[in-house]
Amino acid sequence: MPASESRLKVKREASIIEVGFRDRNILDEANIQQIGEEIKALLAAEAQPKLLINFADVDHLSSAALGQLITINNQIRALKGQLRLSNIDPQIFQVFVITKLNKLFEIHDSAEKARASFR
Amino acid sequence: MTDRGELNPANTRADIEACEHRVLGALERAGYSEAARFAVRLSLEEALVNAFMHGHRGLPPSTPVHVQYTITPEAVRISITDQGPGFDPARVPDPTSDENLELPSGRGLMLMRAYMTSVHHEDHGRTLVMTYDRGHAERAQAEAS
Repeated sequence: MPASESRLKVKREASIIEVGFRDRNILDEANIQQIGEEIKALLAAEAQPKLLINFADVDHLSSAALGQLITINNQIRALKGQLRLSNIDPQIFQVFVITKLNKLFEIHDSAEKARASFR
Repeated sequence: MTDRGELNPANTRADIEACEHRVLGALERAGYSEAARFAVRLSLEEALVNAFMHGHRGLPPSTPVHVQYTITPEAVRISITDQGPGFDPARVPDPTSDENLELPSGRGLMLMRAYMTSVHHEDHGRTLVMTYDRGHAERAQAEAS
């Protein structure tokens, strides 16, 4: 798989950038790094970005992926933007609870609810 | 019925996935639930990535770790031995404390401890041994629900 192939599905609706994943498993270090770079590039073009990361169809997530989410959260905060997560599988949500990252991220059951929550 | 195996994966995605595939196949044959397989897969992934990223820092990616597993219908035991200099697991900071919550790394070991019945280190941190006790996990799940 060439490294240049996007790992993301990107949708824009009004001022909201919605990002989904092409992979069911977000484990591979190189892919995680690429996801981080792709999202960083999307954010760079925005003032106060509103980013929704939709985890529909994601089955597995490693701690390295959680680390990448924290980095993205820090980048968005620096830009005075907003980040929402949605559609997280219950087993993966448990990973957020164990690591207490459910307190750091604003997580919604559905993309609709997440979109409606942007200020 | 006991399923035993040994593998020597190198630091490639293909080797890591082959290792996970082998262990998960044995779990499935032994009748472990989807929740149990999720727990073991996540823990094995984190353990392998930690062994390569931290244990093998500075070593060529072709340097393998040694994985041994024993799976019975009642319990799983997996050990992973790296060829690095070892470390002191007591010095790994708590990633859930307020001051560490926003650090991007340090969650692998805590996830293994949360999902497995036991996790301990041997040989100055070079070997990680983790177990999953089916009865213990099912009782814990019943209590939680």
